[in-house]
This record gives sequence, structure tokens and C-alpha cells, in this order.
Amino acid sequence: MKEMIRVEKLNKSFGDLHVLKDIDLTVNESDVLCLVGASGSGKSTLLRCLNFLEIRDNGKIIFDGEEIDPKTHNLNQVRQKVGMVFQHFNLFPHKTVLENVIEAPLMVKKTNKVTAVKEGKELLEKVGLADKFDVYPSKLSGGQKQRVAIARALAMKPDIMLFDEPTSALDPELVGEVLETMKDLAKEGMTMIIVTHEMGFAKEVADYTVYMHDGKIVERGLSKDLFNNPKEERTKEFLSKVL
Amino acid sequence: MIAGSVFDFGTFISELRRTYPFFLEAGLVTIQLTIASVLIGTVIGVIFALLKLSPLKIFRIIAGTYITIIRGTPLIVQIFALFYGFSQIIMLSAFWSAALALAVHNSAYIAEIFRGAIQSIDKGQTEAGRSLGMSGVMTMRRIVMPQAMRRAVPPLGNQFIIGLKDSSLAAFVAVDELFRTAQGIAAGTLNTMETFIIVGIYYLLLVMIFTVIVNAVEQRMAKSEK
Ligand SMILES: Nc1ncnc2c1ncn2[C@@H]1O[C@H](COP(=O)(O)OP(=O)(O)O)[C@@H](O)[C@H]1O
Ligand SMILES: [Mg+2]
Repeated sequence: MKEMIRVEKLNKSFGDLHVLKDIDLTVNESDVLCLVGASGSGKSTLLRCLNFLEIRDNGKIIFDGEEIDPKTHNLNQVRQKVGMVFQHFNLFPHKTVLENVIEAPLMVKKTNKVTAVKEGKELLEKVGLADKFDVYPSKLSGGQKQRVAIARALAMKPDIMLFDEPTSALDPELVGEVLETMKDLAKEGMTMIIVTHEMGFAKEVADYTVYMHDGKIVERGLSKDLFNNPKEERTKEFLSKVL
Repeated sequence: MIAGSVFDFGTFISELRRTYPFFLEAGLVTIQLTIASVLIGTVIGVIFALLKLSPLKIFRIIAGTYITIIRGTPLIVQIFALFYGFSQIIMLSAFWSAALALAVHNSAYIAEIFRGAIQSIDKGQTEAGRSLGMSGVMTMRRIVMPQAMRRAVPPLGNQFIIGLKDSSLAAFVAVDELFRTAQGIAAGTLNTMETFIIVGIYYLLLVMIFTVIVNAVEQRMAKSEK
């Protein structure tokens, strides 16, 4: 099993607020890992440290066997390999759906336009939006927006995908279509780290689940074990509240 | 009062008819002066907006100082000071010296317009761009700026109208735009009040025309956004 990303003793503070405390985490290729925990426990910050939207204070982030040092590595190149999907989609409103998807391949990878368009359309077909190429994001439902955002991230052919509460901003009836898309992605073998409150999804789709509390990893295990036989008291308490 | 005449409606009408060829010509100069100074002011303004938002403190200080000085001193003082520099030292024509002086003045306000517009774009847009591997500069150019430009259009239109009226001060450095033309006519005929009301009407007309254009641009952009 190939190691995709490893985090060692990761710490992050915002001023006096110590948000991540000695986080250790390993994700192997094709693993799907769900991060669960109460709001404010540091899940988003952890994800954002993994693609360097936040820079850790200390600790190691080892990506594909190589330790990434923000001071010496070109983070733009690292980020190309780490796709991110946000809670609020963050689609580019001045660009059509297809333009959203091909923007980074064209501009960052310098893919030629014909190829970028062809691949972009294939991705949009895959997420079920074949009829929306030329539509602006404001015309889409939340679920459609999030599927475009997934296609946009996939267009860079990342090695790993990070999802930060991808369904939390959606109306309940639109959650399913996004989770389906993510499930398909998991089946294809995409490596994924997903922050979610959808415990059913975590239990069903994630190989591993990590429970975070107050900036620390309290428990980590196979999803079926963590949900069915949690070891830690805190985990039990959390699960009894959310399940 | 320079002239002794009180407003006379007959004189007003006959002067309106007689002077319009001069005012049409001068109006063209006013339009050129305004467009040149707002366009150049926009270029300078964007640069100072970006400096003011720069991560480098020295750039922020430079931009902040520039904006404070320009906004804190009267336009007529700036015109006299800069006009001398541009026309005597760089040897530009009166028109371009005045246009540049007005451009400098406009740029400080336009810098603030763009700074506000850029800051109003959701941080998630930048994060989305960066997360796709785009550099900071590329994200600014491809993602943030195009959206900020749209947001800047209404206040820019407003600044354009202010710039149009402010261009009248170029009269004092011998540019034959609307106001200076009115001064010349008034001094010659002594129909002071009639002449300045006439020139006021021309300014009002120009402002109304530009307002219609700005509104049309805004509406078109509002449509394309949806
Ligand atoms: N940029 C920031 N500046 C200051 N505090 C922050 C920032 N981002 C997050 N925090 C704080 O860090 C803590 C963890 O936040 P976050 O990682 O968003 O938690 P979660 O995603 O689990 O809800 C919270 O207390 C939050 O207020
Ligand atoms: Mg969060």
C-alpha cells in the first residue's frame, strides 16, 4: 500500500488559540478517510494545512514521500496535486460551468484548449451536468454547484481530494446527489479526506474515520469499528449525540 | 461682480444661439480631457489599489501616503503644482499637462474604489484559485480582478461624472475647455450670468448623457452576471 500523505506532530495556532495539537495522520493511496467532530474542533484547519491554505507552525507534512517545506517548495505545484472542495462551492461566478472547470488546466498546466475542453466536458458528464456547460453558476442549484466544484478540482488530475463539509450548505434534498458523486469517486480509487457531518456516509463509504475533539485526534479506526465499537469515552459521547 | 448686467431672458436665448459653435468645440475638449484623465487615473488607481493591498508594508505605506496627500489637498492646488511640472519640466502641451494633473487627482479616488471592490470579493474566490494551483498574481488577475472590475463600474461612473465637472478647473491653466470658453465670452460681452448659466447647461447635458451610458453599461453587466 503506497503512502499518499503523512502528517507528523502537526501544530497550528491562531494567535493564542492553539487549534491543532500534535496531529499524526497517515492516508494511503485510494483510502477514503472521514474527519468528524464538533464544530470548532479544528477539522477545517487541518484540511487547510494539508494544501497549505494555512501554514502549519511546526510538524511535518509528507506528501508522496517528500516532506513539504513551505519555505523551499513551490506550493503552487503542490496544490495542483491536492484538490479541494469547499462548503460554499466557491465557483467563479464570472465564468460558465465549463470555463470554471478548464480555467486551471488552461492557465496553470498550459493544457491546450481542445484537450482541456474535451476533458472538462467528460468530467462534467461524469458528474451529471452534460446539459450545463455554458450556464453561469448562479443558475444552478446548490447540488449542481457542488458537483461543478468537484469536476473543477478533478480537472487538475489531483492525487488526493479534500472535502470540507461539501454538503453542509445544501438543502436536504440535494445532499444525496453530491454524496453519490463522491461515492463514485471513491469507487474509482480516488484518495479522499472528507470533513463531514453525514455519519451515514462516513460509515458506508469511508475506509477510516477519525474523530477530532479540541484540536486533537481522539480516535482513529476503520469506520465500521469506530462507529460500532468506539473505544474512547469521548467518541461514544459524540456518536450518541449525532447518530 | 465683474459685469453690471442682471439676468435677461432675451439675451440668454440669443446668446444660447450665438455661442453654441464655440461651446460645441469646447465641449469636445472637456470630453477629451475627462476621458483622458479618468482613463489614465484608472490605470494609476489600479496600481495604487494593488499597492495598498500588497503584503509588503512599504508598498502599503507608499500607497497610503499618496492617497492621503491627494485626497487631503484642493484640486486647484494640485493642478497648479503639477501643471507647472508637466508643462515646464517635461514640456508637455497644456492639454496633456492638465489631463495628467486631473488624472493624478482622479487616481487617488479610483484607487480607493478598486481597493474597496477587490476587498469586497469573497475570500473563498482567492482560496479556490489558490487551491487549484494558481499563483497569487494569477488568481488576482484571472479570478478576483474581473469580478472587482464589475463591482467598480457604478462608483467609477460616479467618479467619471465628478471628473467631468472637476475638469472645469483646467480653465485656470489655459486649456480651452467649456469653462474657460465661458469666461472668455462673458468677459467680451459682459453677459456674465447668461453665459455661465449657458455653460452650466452644457455641463448638465454632458453629465446626463454619461449617466445614461453608465446606467446602460451597469444594466448590461447585471444581465450577463445572471
Ligand atoms: N483564520 C483564523 N483565525 C483565527 N481563528 C481561526 C481561524 N480559522 C479558524 N479559527 C479558529 O480555530 C478553531 C478551529 O476552527 P476550524 O478548523 O474551522 O474548526 P472546524 O472546521 O472543526 O469547525 C475555531 O475556534 C476557529 O474559531
Ligand atoms: Mg469547518
